[in-house]
Amino acid sequence: MIKTIQKLGLILFLIGLSIFTATIFTGSFSLTQSELDSFISAKGFKSEIIQKELQNAVVSSENQNIFQFSSGVVNAVETSNANYENLIERYDAEKNWDKKGAQYQYIIFDKPHSLSYQLAKKAGKGFVPENRLLAWLLTFGLGILGALFYIIPDVILLGPPGIKNNGIFLNAATNRGWIGWFAFVFLVSFYILLYFYPDLIVNWVYLVDGISESISGNSASQWFLYGFLYCTVMTVMAVRMYIKYRHNKYQILRTTSVLFFQIVFAFLIPEILVRFDKPWYDFKNAFPLDYDFFFKWNLDELLANGTFGLFILVWGIILSIVIVPVMVYFFGKRWYCSWVCGCGGLAETLGDPYRQLSSKTLLSWRVERIVIHAVLIFVLVMTGFALYTFFYGADQVLGIKTQTIQDIYGFLIGAIFAGVIGTGFYPIFGNRVWCRFGCPLAAYLGFVQRFKSRFRITTNGGQCISCGNCSTYCEQGIDVRAYAQKGENIVRSSCVGCGICSAVCPRGVLKLENGPENGRINPTEILLGNDVDLMTFVNHKKQE
Amino acid sequence: MDHIVIIGNGISGVTLARHIRKNSDKEITIVSAESDYFFSRTALMYVYMGHMKFEHTQPYEPWFWKKNRINLKKGYVNDIDTDQKQLNFSSGESLSYDKLVLATGSKPNKFGWSGQDLIGVMGMYHKQDLENLESHAPDNKVCKRAVIVGGGLIGIELAEMLHSRNIPVTFLVRETSFWNGVLPTGESEMINRHILENHIDLRLNTNLKEIKSDENGHVKSIIIEETGEEIECNVVGLTAGVSPNIDFLKNSDIKTNRGILVNRFLETNTKDIFAIGDCAEQREAIGNRRPIEALWYTGRMMGETLAQTICGNRIEYKPGHWFNSAKFFDIEYQTYGWVFGEKGRPDYEKHFHWKHTDDTKCITIAYHKNSNLFLGINTFGIRMRHEIFDKWLTEERDMNYVLEYLADANFDPEFYALHEKEIIAQFNQENGTSIQSRKKRWKRIFTKA
Repeated sequence: MIKTIQKLGLILFLIGLSIFTATIFTGSFSLTQSELDSFISAKGFKSEIIQKELQNAVVSSENQNIFQFSSGVVNAVETSNANYENLIERYDAEKNWDKKGAQYQYIIFDKPHSLSYQLAKKAGKGFVPENRLLAWLLTFGLGILGALFYIIPDVILLGPPGIKNNGIFLNAATNRGWIGWFAFVFLVSFYILLYFYPDLIVNWVYLVDGISESISGNSASQWFLYGFLYCTVMTVMAVRMYIKYRHNKYQILRTTSVLFFQIVFAFLIPEILVRFDKPWYDFKNAFPLDYDFFFKWNLDELLANGTFGLFILVWGIILSIVIVPVMVYFFGKRWYCSWVCGCGGLAETLGDPYRQLSSKTLLSWRVERIVIHAVLIFVLVMTGFALYTFFYGADQVLGIKTQTIQDIYGFLIGAIFAGVIGTGFYPIFGNRVWCRFGCPLAAYLGFVQRFKSRFRITTNGGQCISCGNCSTYCEQGIDVRAYAQKGENIVRSSCVGCGICSAVCPRGVLKLENGPENGRINPTEILLGNDVDLMTFVNHKKQE
Repeated sequence: MDHIVIIGNGISGVTLARHIRKNSDKEITIVSAESDYFFSRTALMYVYMGHMKFEHTQPYEPWFWKKNRINLKKGYVNDIDTDQKQLNFSSGESLSYDKLVLATGSKPNKFGWSGQDLIGVMGMYHKQDLENLESHAPDNKVCKRAVIVGGGLIGIELAEMLHSRNIPVTFLVRETSFWNGVLPTGESEMINRHILENHIDLRLNTNLKEIKSDENGHVKSIIIEETGEEIECNVVGLTAGVSPNIDFLKNSDIKTNRGILVNRFLETNTKDIFAIGDCAEQREAIGNRRPIEALWYTGRMMGETLAQTICGNRIEYKPGHWFNSAKFFDIEYQTYGWVFGEKGRPDYEKHFHWKHTDDTKCITIAYHKNSNLFLGINTFGIRMRHEIFDKWLTEERDMNYVLEYLADANFDPEFYALHEKEIIAQFNQENGTSIQSRKKRWKRIFTKA
């Protein structure tokens, strides 16, 4: 009976997911001449070519699907730009500087797929844009309902409260089996579409238009869709966390906290700010995770927003250089990484079923330290460039364009690393790929945690039996057992304090706590339980 | 240069090897017939349950051994030539040593039951037992029921393992209540209820008479001694304790009793041969400890100690205050100091027992009925700090002190409900005392005894 509900849930979820995926291929896209004209004039495009090309591409009575529509727009932009680039080259060869200079105003700097997205958002017809509520129910609605039907029966099926990791390594979803690989392909595709081909998923954006309008007053963008989906996925998977760890108050509170900060701070407040014509700002997102905080356009926008903008500017700086490190001193970086952060929030909810897949080898630790600190250096250098540009107005430093560096960071780190790899690779490399290998804020907090903090995971004397549950379930790939079996506290810069090592330990060996700094790091040779003189002898010898 | 040969790559042998390497440049060889690399035996259950893969049970990566110049030799030792100082392997090879350490662990007990060697009858100790179980009980279609014989720690773990794959389990326990040779009544009965809550068919006061075979030599059923009832099953787990794995020493002149007899320096009667871990038997028991202690941490401690002796700092094996831990399905158990069950309890030992209303947490504190001296504590569902109890035992604190500062000892994860106040209130009520609970203080926790 209960298993039937669970199976029904799975079927509903898969139907919802299939319809969601299938909506991409539905609908027809075209604009009227006047719609196109007003779009072009709003954009301020002066090129006649683009007008004509776009007209051919989007003003038509034929039923174009989004792929045809998209390639039409992309072609239009490319044709137009190619024309003027040729002219520029020609006038350059002719040394006709006036004419060469006059061509630049016709170049379209929008990314083709962004432009296509903006047009498509106005151009959609068909089932989804015309039945937004019904379409939402058939996609999000069925997905949420199905997932909950699948998850909630675990209250009974898992048996009495406790650690229930049964079958995790026997399951194709959680042991890199075919389901895991399928999830990997799906997630990676999702992020590639979201970041680089937003026009292709415009039907998904229609689904949440109504919700966006009721919060910010504007129709939805692909980023609103992402934010909404993020909150939805986290909420549903938080229900799973509440059931799985219902005996563990630390996990319950932590899950509630990340959920609260995601929904209120990362999603609702910024959207409401927009409603009141204020800059979109996530008050908990600290630099350097918030890598564009010191970009010129952001600083300009903040300074243009009077007292409120100034308040955000001051808050952002204080958050990063005072609040964040002071809190890490008292509580460890967990206060941010697994209680507040949005990336951490997704990792701890959607990613929880994959935590055992993170590599624990010494090699992966070496790679981790090189890569994460390289990203930190990258973001700091880039910020140096950005601030120089902001204060001195020079758009390049030492012959390198600030914009170029910012673009490279945004593409490589912001999109590919944090999104495509960071989340897309959950089912393969575990749920903290970004936090472990990439996040510059995590690297910064890690220094504080390692060298000046009260946080540690205390090892309980001689109780460890080296079983390895702690290491296996460490999402950050820390070999927790290596410390526990030596009777040594775990003080590691990468620890995000999720508390799962302590939860899965069958012998009550590990406890996350904030205590005196003195004695926090306690390398030992002989564990408690053995003869006291021997312990003193050997441990003392080591300190000499 | 001395060649140290260690037979057995369990926790005792490996700890010894690591500590010899820390302290010397001696040549070290570890011999094992069971597995290529050291793994945590206690974690085998989690491999079957799908919590981990076998690789996860290995605390050191394969490169560790070469880097630390510890030779690993896979082979089964047939006999030891103590005159020539040489091991003879079943493969016909031989290996000579300067010092030999026997760390061969245990093997499951079999008490001569009829049918105990049938296909599908197994212990749960070796890596091979795990492989055996995986082939005979992969799911509840192949294995329609399993019977477990023997109500100790391995028995309940095996029950949990099979239960994780939805295989129905009948659990035969000789005693009147689960593990009540060790646990006081209140605790033992709470675990009985927890076993039943996990849908295990628990049969107390029940002995095995015989195991019956089908025509292919597979297990078909078992017969219960008391009632003659026949229970059909495909797997029988024999978990009635373990004994030292020393059969290969039969023809040697190394002196054995149940285990290999050693003195406090872990030396056998033969020069340059030592024994540590489960297979070693103290000539005289140390304190309340048994002469043979098949425990993870005693194996480790013997390894730590013997490494000193072998590296020239001859030192006695002196285990500190007794402690242990286990997990019964979802209920964790820890013990510090001595708390006796009904069996063998000294008459001066008085118990205070508190149980939470949810029936998954309880504690029993043992103290001297005249002097009030704290003797030991058992906790179920509540974690305690080893350091604190070790210190209190050394400082010989009394019952009032322990209760007053109980909050210092709590080791549960943050935000867990604390029960010190209820515990103390009950003690006060039962004994007419007025002990007050003190708040946790870091300063006290970090003060050494």
